[in-house]
Amino acid sequence: MSMKHATMTTDAYQALNRRDFFKTAGALVIGFHAAGNPQQASAQNPIGGAPYPTVPLTATDSWVAIAADETVYVYSGKCDFGQGFRTVQAQLAADELYVPFERVNMTICDTAITPDQGVSSGSQGSPTQFGPSALRQALATARETLLKMAADQLKAQVSELQIINGVISVKADSSRRVSYGSLVGGKKLSTAISAAAKFKDPATYTVLGKSIPRLDVPSKVTGEFEYVQAVRLPGMLHGKVVRPTRQGARVVSVDESSVKGMPGNVKVVVKKDFVGVVADREWDALQAAQALNVTWTGGTTLPAFDGIYDFMTKQPTRKAFIVNSGDVDGQLKAAKRTFSATYLHPFQMHGSMGTSCAVADIKGTGTAATGTIYAATQGVYPLRDAIATVLGASTNNLRVIFKEGSGCYGINGVDTVAYDASILSQAVGKPVRVQYTRRDENVAGENYGPAFVMRLKAGVDDKNQLTAWDYEGFSFSKGGRPTGNAAANIISGELVGLTIAAVAPNTTPTVPAAFSNNSNAAPAYGTGTVNGVSGSTGVLRNERVLSHTIQSPFFTGPLRSPNRLQNSFANESFMDEVAAALGEDPVQYRLRHLADPRLIDALKQAASAAKWETRSAPKRGNLRKGKVTGRGVAVLLYEGNNGYSTVIAEVEVDQDKGNVVVTRFVISQDSGPVSNPDGLRNQMEGGTLQGMSRALREEVRWDDFGVTAADWRKYPVFQFGEFVPQMVTVPINNLNATQDGAGEGAITIVAAALANAIFDATGARIRQVPFTPQRVLDALTTRGAGLPLAVAKPVKWDGFSREVVLDGSGSVEPANGALTYQWRSVGSSQAAIYGAGQSKATAQFSSGPGDYTFELKITNAAGDSDTSSITVTYSGR
Amino acid sequence: MAEVKLTVNGKAATADVDPNMPLLNLLMEDLGLNGPKFGCGLSQCGACTVLLDGEPIRSCVTPCSDAAGKKVTTIEGLGTTKTPHRLQQLFIEEQAVQCGYCISGILLYGKTYIDKNPRASREDIIQSLTGLICRCHTHSRMVKALERYAQEVGK
Ligand code: FES
Ligand code: FES
Repeated sequence: MSMKHATMTTDAYQALNRRDFFKTAGALVIGFHAAGNPQQASAQNPIGGAPYPTVPLTATDSWVAIAADETVYVYSGKCDFGQGFRTVQAQLAADELYVPFERVNMTICDTAITPDQGVSSGSQGSPTQFGPSALRQALATARETLLKMAADQLKAQVSELQIINGVISVKADSSRRVSYGSLVGGKKLSTAISAAAKFKDPATYTVLGKSIPRLDVPSKVTGEFEYVQAVRLPGMLHGKVVRPTRQGARVVSVDESSVKGMPGNVKVVVKKDFVGVVADREWDALQAAQALNVTWTGGTTLPAFDGIYDFMTKQPTRKAFIVNSGDVDGQLKAAKRTFSATYLHPFQMHGSMGTSCAVADIKGTGTAATGTIYAATQGVYPLRDAIATVLGASTNNLRVIFKEGSGCYGINGVDTVAYDASILSQAVGKPVRVQYTRRDENVAGENYGPAFVMRLKAGVDDKNQLTAWDYEGFSFSKGGRPTGNAAANIISGELVGLTIAAVAPNTTPTVPAAFSNNSNAAPAYGTGTVNGVSGSTGVLRNERVLSHTIQSPFFTGPLRSPNRLQNSFANESFMDEVAAALGEDPVQYRLRHLADPRLIDALKQAASAAKWETRSAPKRGNLRKGKVTGRGVAVLLYEGNNGYSTVIAEVEVDQDKGNVVVTRFVISQDSGPVSNPDGLRNQMEGGTLQGMSRALREEVRWDDFGVTAADWRKYPVFQFGEFVPQMVTVPINNLNATQDGAGEGAITIVAAALANAIFDATGARIRQVPFTPQRVLDALTTRGAGLPLAVAKPVKWDGFSREVVLDGSGSVEPANGALTYQWRSVGSSQAAIYGAGQSKATAQFSSGPGDYTFELKITNAAGDSDTSSITVTYSGR
Repeated sequence: MAEVKLTVNGKAATADVDPNMPLLNLLMEDLGLNGPKFGCGLSQCGACTVLLDGEPIRSCVTPCSDAAGKKVTTIEGLGTTKTPHRLQQLFIEEQAVQCGYCISGILLYGKTYIDKNPRASREDIIQSLTGLICRCHTHSRMVKALERYAQEVGK
């Protein structure tokens, strides 16, 4: 998919393949990896007779080409799903090559054109492209190669040259100059990416670091943008799938007569348990799919929805330590106090706005099959390989072209639907477009984010310092991202009869060779010590983090911040529980256990932006009925090494109805140098609100007949019409650091920040996502009594009279019980107090003009007390 | 099959279709429009929103026969990348999309409401979008762009 300036080229999906481009684009400096050999470059089948050889990563030419008209063509294997990464990569190219941003033409993710960079996922886009062996390195190599060529031509040393807007000139005499385009006119050059090529210093960026408007926004808001859903090929037919409603059901029979005579030249396609129809129009295909009579076997029995968490802890599991250091059991025994809690997280779905769609044009069968697939996939090469497995085709005969779909947030149905379109197209010998119904997408299209049970234990010493942390988590797994060897990682692969190995239980947990916190199962407070080497940045030495994986009844796979989100909900909720039980401020208590300066900074910056008031939770004086407010915090070192985030949530909880309304989010993010500040803010805002939706609303439900979460009513998300929180974003531009991921930081810790805020407001701890009104109401029934709040103030007074009335009647006892009051004069100037045991007392200044401080202590029937002080200035007479 | 005549973005159009077919399919398949999109087919999300005689409707559940003889406006009919409608321009300025798949509903419901209720408050605007989904959860920017539009219309 090509895009230049503000609009997409309309012929994007009839995109030239790489060779055609080189024939038409004229003279190039650095181009096609085979460009060093003109014969190869123009040959129809340059490598091994296959039409679409894999584009190698190691050749500079795979990444960048410069046309005679000075256009810089950049080829990237990292896609964009609306996060703006296409724009950021163009910014990078403009900066590293010293050309105007408008001159860069990005092509992303096409197996015939772009290098094989696997999948675009896991917040690895920026770390990869800005890292040592990908796009930035290729651009730096290209720049250095151009400089050397210019030095030869201009008869100067490279050190004497400068580059301004793609023109290389001699600094001392800028009339000695040559542009990129003219420099390489007629010549072709092939270089390997040089590890020695130097990056531009981020401090000198002129394009990166600016909020360049995204390239795709204008065409998206005017409807011109061509999503994969809008790909229309000549002679294209429309397909729909017919899925079993129950998991594991197999085809017994397909009654083709049930669709006989229906409009649109309906064809039924059956490939083992894969069933689909093809017709002239989408409407015809939809009606035929609904009418087609398929008899299925009963399928597998699902574990009961209501008992799922109990079920999870009683299965054979595959066990693995993430870390197991120090003496956790001994420390728990020796601890001054210990704490424990269990957290539950449901299956959730990507629930993309647009249902998944793909268009495939496959001709021929077996290894002779060839064709092109347009898909909104996160990995064009892995998908190509997987479709080759499904069709029995040769990988190099297939071309997968990325076309943006709706936001996917991980592995939604885009890969599966690409299989479906390919199978149907091959069966009918025509291009076929398949777009799922909402039910297809939700029930039998995507791989869900798995449910989790997380048991936490901790011990503290007599200084309230954590001495031991013990995590045990249980989660589901089945399938994942498709590859050539694991084409059954998604449903259509299984339906055509491919298989993947089930989760193999073990008795002894596996032990890692080194610390890896990719799933954030370990908190940021530990040292992450494995084999004597510390891999994390916290201070806590005694850590045991054990994960159990169970065979899943449903397909599972990466959903935005996979596993990290579930684990961080538990870890960051638990840290808050410990702090609250100890009467510690949640920010201060975290700071005491962190050593990483960047994480500390992210936390402090968010706390300062939120005007965080240092105190323990729950908030004193909140009544136990009606609406109350509170705040909560959570921090994250994403994946253990990929970005630093803090989220502070402010909520209003209706204690009569159980509703939670978030009034404000404050979010900080340090992902190294900020490429596009506005783009980063957009990601932080969107991720946070999506996290809120997941925390408050989202849960995949099922019954005996299968998944019931088939539409937006059965799978509710945060919608318009509901209160939109105020969003305060604090991007931290850390120019001295490497580029980290930024799209999944905030979302990972929203649930914990909200649970902590709900606790602060109500004193009730909610440990199960989503925080539906009923769960909130249930949590309220088990909370402790509310804490009294002392409020001392002077009654309006002239500053000269010798007496002042001290008023403590604004103090709050949440349970509405009796309070006792005790006033005293503290500080150097002492006053006499009359009625010191009353809510209102009178102070008489006995020692002349000066500042007088009075303290009110209130105590409720349960013995809980609070103090409040006021200082008044007596001017005397 | 029946001949359906309608006006789409100011141009006369004719299609020979099943009158029960959703209008969305006519717009996408017969007329090649990309603005209205399929999100749910159930009137639950708003991705398929178009204006029918000036009122926002869900084209995924509106039979073609209902549109016969009427005027349909899609977001392509509001403006183009070269000459965007003021509201589209504000969405560009605020960078108020991520994937952008939901945009038809947000623009068309928001515009219709604000044009009739100039100076609408933030809360009114949010309410007017009830029943719409943006799964990228770009809510705060979208509301900001619409608030700016309301301020301008209200002047
Ligand atoms: S597609 Fe029409 S409302 Fe969702
Ligand atoms: S921007 Fe992606 S659904 Fe709204």
